[in-house]
Amino acid sequence: MSEIAIIVENLGKRYALGQHKGGVDGMRHVLEGVIRSPGTWFRSRREAKLRQADFWALRNVSLGINQGEVVGIIGRNGAGKTTLLKLLSRITIPTEGRFRIKGRTSSLLEVGTGFHQELTGRENIFLNGAILGMAHAEIAKKFDQIVDFSEIEDFLDTPVKRYSSGMYIRLAFAVAAHLDPEVLIVDEVLAVGDAAFQKKCLGKMENLAQSGRTVLFVSHNMDAVRTLCERAILFEEGRIRADGDVESVVEEYFGRFSDGSGPRLRGAYGLAIEKVVLKNNKGQETREFCPGEDLIIEIIFDAQQCLEKPYFTLAVRGKKGNCFTANMMLDGHRPRVLNGKGLISCRFKSIPLLPQRYTVQLAIRASNGKDVLMDYVDIGSFVVKANLVDYGYKGQFQTRVSEATSVVIPYEWRLPDGTTAIVSLNAPASTI
Amino acid sequence: MTIPEIEPMELSIPVATPQSQLLIEAGRTEKQYWRDLWRYRELFFFLAWRDLLVRYKQTVVGVTWSIIRPLLTMLILTVVFGKLSKMPSGGLPYPLLVLCGMLPWNFFSTAISDSGNSLVANSSLISKIYFPRLIIGVSSVITSFVDFLISALLLAGLMFWYRFVPPISALLLPFFTLLAFIASLGVGLWIAALMVKYRDFRFIVPFIAQFGLYLSPVGFQSGVVPERFRLLYSLNPMVGIIDGFRWSLLGGQNRLYLPALTISIIEIAAVLISGLLYFRRTERTFADVI
Repeated sequence: MSEIAIIVENLGKRYALGQHKGGVDGMRHVLEGVIRSPGTWFRSRREAKLRQADFWALRNVSLGINQGEVVGIIGRNGAGKTTLLKLLSRITIPTEGRFRIKGRTSSLLEVGTGFHQELTGRENIFLNGAILGMAHAEIAKKFDQIVDFSEIEDFLDTPVKRYSSGMYIRLAFAVAAHLDPEVLIVDEVLAVGDAAFQKKCLGKMENLAQSGRTVLFVSHNMDAVRTLCERAILFEEGRIRADGDVESVVEEYFGRFSDGSGPRLRGAYGLAIEKVVLKNNKGQETREFCPGEDLIIEIIFDAQQCLEKPYFTLAVRGKKGNCFTANMMLDGHRPRVLNGKGLISCRFKSIPLLPQRYTVQLAIRASNGKDVLMDYVDIGSFVVKANLVDYGYKGQFQTRVSEATSVVIPYEWRLPDGTTAIVSLNAPASTI
Repeated sequence: MTIPEIEPMELSIPVATPQSQLLIEAGRTEKQYWRDLWRYRELFFFLAWRDLLVRYKQTVVGVTWSIIRPLLTMLILTVVFGKLSKMPSGGLPYPLLVLCGMLPWNFFSTAISDSGNSLVANSSLISKIYFPRLIIGVSSVITSFVDFLISALLLAGLMFWYRFVPPISALLLPFFTLLAFIASLGVGLWIAALMVKYRDFRFIVPFIAQFGLYLSPVGFQSGVVPERFRLLYSLNPMVGIIDGFRWSLLGGQNRLYLPALTISIIEIAAVLISGLLYFRRTERTFADVI
């Protein structure tokens, strides 16, 4: 099992900023230069190459991944995660360094690339399979499984342009998942699709992992990374920042937010988040809360452009999805203007949460409610620690609490014989 | 995490091992490329199949368009060159002469415009999935080749209508077809690779197709070009090919002008080789530039 599946040595990818963007560097320019004075043109081109601001999307990256490992690749936007995947899946070539992959590799950087709108589901299965590197005979053999997984039997002969987005994604993932690769490289593809489907996909990836396949999984969803991976690698500004067991690396990821030391989290229109701090009732910075304590989320932003009336949304997610949110699009309060640095904070009063781990997500939209300034991004994580007795729990099966929901509010039982029982946080457990 | 040293020896591990190895190193990816081309060989036809399948969706007469278009062009060229300009036909029915010239020319012009556009049209594939990009360019030439075959049926029908029996030299037709294919591929690859960087070619290619129709002996025989300009005229590589088509299929007066054919072959070979080299050289950055 401990055979190496992927070795990366000193890998680097450099992009020249501003190269070939738009028509500025168009052909007219080049032709003109060549015709007017070939010598000067050649020299100036070389100088331009030297002068050009280079940008290393990835540099000095070395890592080794064993066969059968499931590794989460995390980091903020622009940290180099996608560049790494693009290099490993050979979409682009490295500027320096090298890597070696053992076994059949398939990568899924986007769901449904290569699908053709005009073709039917059936035709697209074959086309997409071929694009992903499957032989015709192989696709034919797996055809039924693919259709089964995607649940689109009735629409097999309908052009995919008439599919709902859910059907489309299901079909696309189904094809990719049945490639049966030894190494699977997956970019943030689960962000799309409904919860049931996401679960199914995660399940499929887990299956692959259990059967000894190597999986590289890029995600912004820390819950998914925690569930799926044993190991995680944190990227920051094109380099590896941390590499190790998933819990500690994810902690490091959030830690970089709260001490504000990492690079800023960039959104659209010059909006950036510099720092996110979680505090309790006493105003102490913490990542551990007791049930019934207040949760204060402080966000330090930097708006380089003046942004009027944006909507902030904060969501606290547990294992089973959103527990509660503070959503300005619903409550109608919003800052009049964001300009320069500032602080916005939100206090959730006496959080009624069960002892689990929770993630805080942030999304920001422009004043029209449509333009996304920052899409849902995990900005913090905390645990609730408590004894179940504190909640008034004394049932025989209370250890199953982790399978239950996350939020509890006080409730009162009234039994057939007329006795009542109140179950409430910090209330002495009453007997029935 | 310790990285095991990779011995230089390991670089030459053959692919035939049950578990394939992939080694990518900055600056040396060539060997892997040609292996991949073989591994993805089915994709040539899948992409061509896709383009054909898609082309006539949501049209009323469907694939009949492949017949109607060359038929109408043939009629117009026959009227303009045969009836109005009274070009010599060497005793052959003028429509036959025109269609015989149109066959390679149309193949060439659709192939260069389709394969020229092919990379840009498939940019979403290029930026998200790996496969040898050469496949995209080649498969659109294959698509145009299918059109060529349909037009060839039209020509066969026309020959039947005129009760014309092709001479024995028709056996050499595959050779000229191959020439036309290689010419289309060579120019197509050049344009496709250039188009990734310079979208100017989107406007240049229709120009080539339009002018080329009149600069090449499509509506007339190359015999009408004065003898002293003949060699100069032959610098157009399509001259040798079109003449070859006429000579092999129609025979008679359409004698083969060997200097033109030789020039064509040399030019075509040069374009193909340089096209392949240029395509390969720029291919590695397609995903970054497109």
